[in-house]
Amino acid sequence: MNPALTLATTRRILTQLRHDPRTVVMLILVPTLLMILLRYVFNSTVVFSHVAPALLGVFPFLIMFLIASITTLRERTTATLERLMTLPIGRLDLLFGYALAFGAIAVVQVALAAGVSLWWLGLDLAGSVGMLLLVAVLDALLGMALGLFVSAFARTEFQAIQFMPVFVLPQILLCGLFVPRDDMGWLLRWLSEVMPLSYAVEALNRVTASSTVDAVILRNLLVVACCALLALMLGAATLRRRTP
Amino acid sequence: MTNSALAVTGLRVRRGGRPVVRDVSFEVPRGAVTGLLGPSGCGKTTLMRAIVGVQIVEGGTVTVLGLPAGSPPLRRRIGYATQNPAIYADLTIREALWYFAAVLRAPASDVDRVIAEVGLTDHAGKLVGSLSGGQHSRANLAVALLGTPELLVLDEPTVGLDPVLRDELWALFRRLADGGATLLVSSHVMDEAARCDRLLLMREGVLLADDAPDALQRRTGTTDLEQAFLHLVRTTS
Repeated sequence: MNPALTLATTRRILTQLRHDPRTVVMLILVPTLLMILLRYVFNSTVVFSHVAPALLGVFPFLIMFLIASITTLRERTTATLERLMTLPIGRLDLLFGYALAFGAIAVVQVALAAGVSLWWLGLDLAGSVGMLLLVAVLDALLGMALGLFVSAFARTEFQAIQFMPVFVLPQILLCGLFVPRDDMGWLLRWLSEVMPLSYAVEALNRVTASSTVDAVILRNLLVVACCALLALMLGAATLRRRTP
Repeated sequence: MTNSALAVTGLRVRRGGRPVVRDVSFEVPRGAVTGLLGPSGCGKTTLMRAIVGVQIVEGGTVTVLGLPAGSPPLRRRIGYATQNPAIYADLTIREALWYFAAVLRAPASDVDRVIAEVGLTDHAGKLVGSLSGGQHSRANLAVALLGTPELLVLDEPTVGLDPVLRDELWALFRRLADGGATLLVSSHVMDEAARCDRLLLMREGVLLADDAPDALQRRTGTTDLEQAFLHLVRTTS
C-alpha cells in the first residue's frame, strides 16, 4: 500500500471524468431529479417522507454500481489493467484509488439529493443531517465496491450492465422499501438479511425517524462498511498479475 | 551476474489448450537491439508476456536482468508496450503519461522527455482517443520509455507508421541501446530485421534462428532476410 499511488489513481480517474462533463452532470443531478420526480408522483410530503430516506440510499447505490462496473471492465478490456500489473503498483492502491474517486463523487451526489429533499421537498428528518449523509455515502461506496467485484465476471459491457438487475434489483426489492421486511415469508426474510442494502435502508429509516443514534444504526453502519470492504478485497483478489 | 539481459530456457506456454510457445530457449545480450520476427500468430506476443511476467507458463525458466520474470523489483526496470495501445483514451497524452510516471516514481521531467522522444510534443495536450492510429501507438510507446528502463519489451511498435516515422523510431531504439538499454522489439516486417543487432526468428511457437542478421544471411546463402527466413522455414519443416 502506498498513499501516493492511491491518490495518483484517484486523480487520474477524476481527470478522466473531467473530460466527460455529461457523465459528471448526470452523476451529480440524476438522483436529485429522481427525488423531485418521486415527491410529485406521491404528491404528499407524508408519503414522500416515508420512502425518501430509503431511496437516498438506493439511487446512489445503483448508479455507483453501474459506473464502477463499467469503468473497471473498461480498464480490463483495454489492457491498461495488464499494463498496470507490470508496473510497481499494488492492487489495493488501484482499488482504493477507485474507492476514493467514486466516494468523492458520491459525497456530492448524496449531499445534493439530501439537501434538496430536506429543504425543498419537505423530507422530515428527526436525526442529524451528518448521519444521513454518512449512511448514504457508505451505501454508494458499497454499490461501487460490488460493481468493481462483479465486473471481474463480465466479459463484455452487455454482461456488465445486466449484472445490475441480477445483483442490485433483488436487494432493492427485499430491502424493505416495497414490503416491510417483518411481513416477508421466512425465505425472503432470510434473503433480505444477507443482503447488505437492507442494513443501509434500515439505518436510513432510523436516522430519519429518531434523533437518537442507537445501537442498531451503528451496527448497520458497521455491516455496510464491512460489506463494502469485503467486496473491495474480493475485487482485489480478481485482479491477477499473471493471466492465461 | 549473467552477462545477458534475458535468458529463456525450455519455455513452454499453452493458451486455450493449444501450445503457443514450444520449448523455446535463447539469450538476449545487454545493450543491443534484438528483433523478434515471425508471422502474425506465431507466439511473439505470448513470449513477450512471459518475459514481462504476466503470462502463466507451463514450463521452463525466464530470467530477466538476473531475476525470475515477474519479480516485483523488475516492475520498475522493464518498459513494456503492448501491440494494442494500453493507454487511457479519455485522458490527454500528458495526463496519461503523468499517471504512469507517478506509478513508476519517475521524475516529473520524464513526461515531456518521452513525449519528445516519440515526436508527439505538438500533440501532448490532445486526448489520446482523438489521435490517429500511428500517434496512438507512439503514445503507447512513450509510456514504456518512462523511468528509463534497463529492458524495453516492445510489441510491434512500428506497425501502421509511415516510413519516415518508422525510421525515426528505429533511430531512437538505436540511441537507447547505445545508452546501455536492452531492447527486444517484435515485428512481422522483415525489412526491419536488418536494423537489429540480433534476430530471433519464430514460427508456430518454435525458434527457427537466433543469430546476427549478416551471419544469418551467410549461413542460409541468401542476400535478404526475407529469403533467409523462407530458407529456414523450408529446411526445418
